[in-house]
Amino acid sequence: MTTLGKFPYCKKCNTWRVYGMLAVVLFALPFGTDALLGRGWVRIADFALLYIMLALGLNIVVGYAGLLDLGYVAFFAVGAYNYALLSSPQFGLHWPVWVVLPLGGLLACFFGVLLGAPTLRLRGDYLAIVTLGFGEIIRIFLNNLNAPINITNGPQGINMIDPIQSSGFSLGITHQIFGINVPSVHLYYYLFLCFTLLVIFVSLRLENSRIGRAWMAIREDEVAAEAMGINTRNIKLLAFAMGATFGGLSGGLFAGFQGFISPESFGLMESVMILCMVVLGGMGNIGGVILGGVLLVLLPEALRNGAGPVQQWLFGKTLVDPESLRMLLFGLALIVVMLVRPAGLWPSTQRRRELSDSDEDVVKQEQGSVYDASK
Amino acid sequence: MTPQNNPLLELNGLGKHFGGLAALTEVSLHIKRGEIYGLIGPNGAGKTTLFNVVTGLYQLDHGTFTFDGVAYAHCKPHVLAQAGIARTFQNIRLFANMSALENIMVGRHVRTHTGIWGALTRNTAARTEERVISLRARELLRYVGIDRPHQTLAKHLSYGEQRRLEIARALATEPKLLALDEPAAGMNATETESLKSLLQTIRASGITVMLIEHDVKLILALCDRVAVLDYGKKIAEGVPEEVRRNPAVIAAYLGGEAANLPASEAGKEE
Repeated sequence: MTTLGKFPYCKKCNTWRVYGMLAVVLFALPFGTDALLGRGWVRIADFALLYIMLALGLNIVVGYAGLLDLGYVAFFAVGAYNYALLSSPQFGLHWPVWVVLPLGGLLACFFGVLLGAPTLRLRGDYLAIVTLGFGEIIRIFLNNLNAPINITNGPQGINMIDPIQSSGFSLGITHQIFGINVPSVHLYYYLFLCFTLLVIFVSLRLENSRIGRAWMAIREDEVAAEAMGINTRNIKLLAFAMGATFGGLSGGLFAGFQGFISPESFGLMESVMILCMVVLGGMGNIGGVILGGVLLVLLPEALRNGAGPVQQWLFGKTLVDPESLRMLLFGLALIVVMLVRPAGLWPSTQRRRELSDSDEDVVKQEQGSVYDASK
Repeated sequence: MTPQNNPLLELNGLGKHFGGLAALTEVSLHIKRGEIYGLIGPNGAGKTTLFNVVTGLYQLDHGTFTFDGVAYAHCKPHVLAQAGIARTFQNIRLFANMSALENIMVGRHVRTHTGIWGALTRNTAARTEERVISLRARELLRYVGIDRPHQTLAKHLSYGEQRRLEIARALATEPKLLALDEPAAGMNATETESLKSLLQTIRASGITVMLIEHDVKLILALCDRVAVLDYGKKIAEGVPEEVRRNPAVIAAYLGGEAANLPASEAGKEE
């Protein structure tokens, strides 16, 4: 009994050690990457964080509530255009970032409810088709809202968007902090990291709550959930709204980071990519979704940079254009993963079992029940 | 008016049709508080349709439906769950990929209040509520006799356990009326026996039970009153022994001529 009593304690301090190491790694990452691989890879890390945020937002809708949303990128677009219109020379507006970013989240949340309301009765494939249509509607609107009144500047997109800045401190330029030169991409990395941690925190809290359980109940069996007293209309709308808010927030960050946006960035392929991150990583599991996001951003980039040299080395010349090879291998990877691990690389049920081992209370209960049974 | 004397559930002239098919016509039932009320009838007689109307999954076309003194017509299932009607399903509808404990915790949803804000901040109220939900769920798991680690996924439970977990989930909503749709279907004799004692315990705790069942022995042993449906109409109602001898009931189950057979044999056929 004494050994068992000690076991959770050690596990806990191990967990903290892991977290500590992770924090150091995440903090040092941009500098390490910059030194080893070049600044371009820091930029890729920034994008990875943005996509993780998006994937976690979509995970609420698809992973928790089980509502297949193929137009998620529309909320990303709403957030991005909100930022672009309110802080760029387009209208000559330069609103402070702490107003524009939350506003983008709120606006996307509103659009989430707007999309959610008419789709409440739809399930599965039908829902996917309607959401896909919604995503396209937003993109086409953005593409065409340059006449008769020029709002979005049409397919040319909006240029010279203000970098994210607050009280004179702009993330768009290199700063000297404690005598170290911290370039713009590094600063954005830290900002995105903070937002990603926030999104993870919110996801975690919601997952293990009354609301999270209601979402999962709807995913598992909507009729039974309704019969158990869950107001499926409100709970589904809440899922759409929460997911959209995260999408809008990351959209604003994207616009500020990129400095330029056009409707092209918000096509169907983006929605599919984000969905792939969720599905490949493991629907409903935060760790899995993060893994999916990192892999799907890093692997294509690695391939883009690596495929040419490898072919040179193997065949002496470039046989296949790395760009087309990328989509080929991407499709292949998807098929392989779905064949070998249909529930994703890191499925949520597995994680639950891992969790249950570390949960002292449950372990005790389990021992109790085993003891009762053997009596 | 003392609420204890009026019937818990009153259905008057209930009608429900799907296109040209009349699934229920002019069905009137009165279920008293604290009784176990059986609903029997051949396959396709409309028993489950009646259940679906009572629990709000279908909307009734004719008639009135009063529960606990309040009229409910065209209400959503969650409103009726809030009012105190909980049900199980003929083909088990558990949340398969959630743990046994979580299934019951979902049942607590309707009696708890934590929203987004409480979930995010985990303030004292939210933490207390969560603890109470979890404790109550563990209690219910023991109550229905599922002796398994709580994290076992619902789909990994045995068939009999799944049936009982569904009852536990329904009980978690603190119902006044528990509607069970063929709870003993597919169970062996031992499992049926333990189900019987569970239902008796539930009744003793003051919950009214409405039961669809094909197992005549179970109906005879448990029910205070029984109604028989055939082709969407109520053809008999009363004490189980009496209903079993009713010629109309025998005819419904075994065809016209069988009504002349001795009643006890006809009853055993089912």
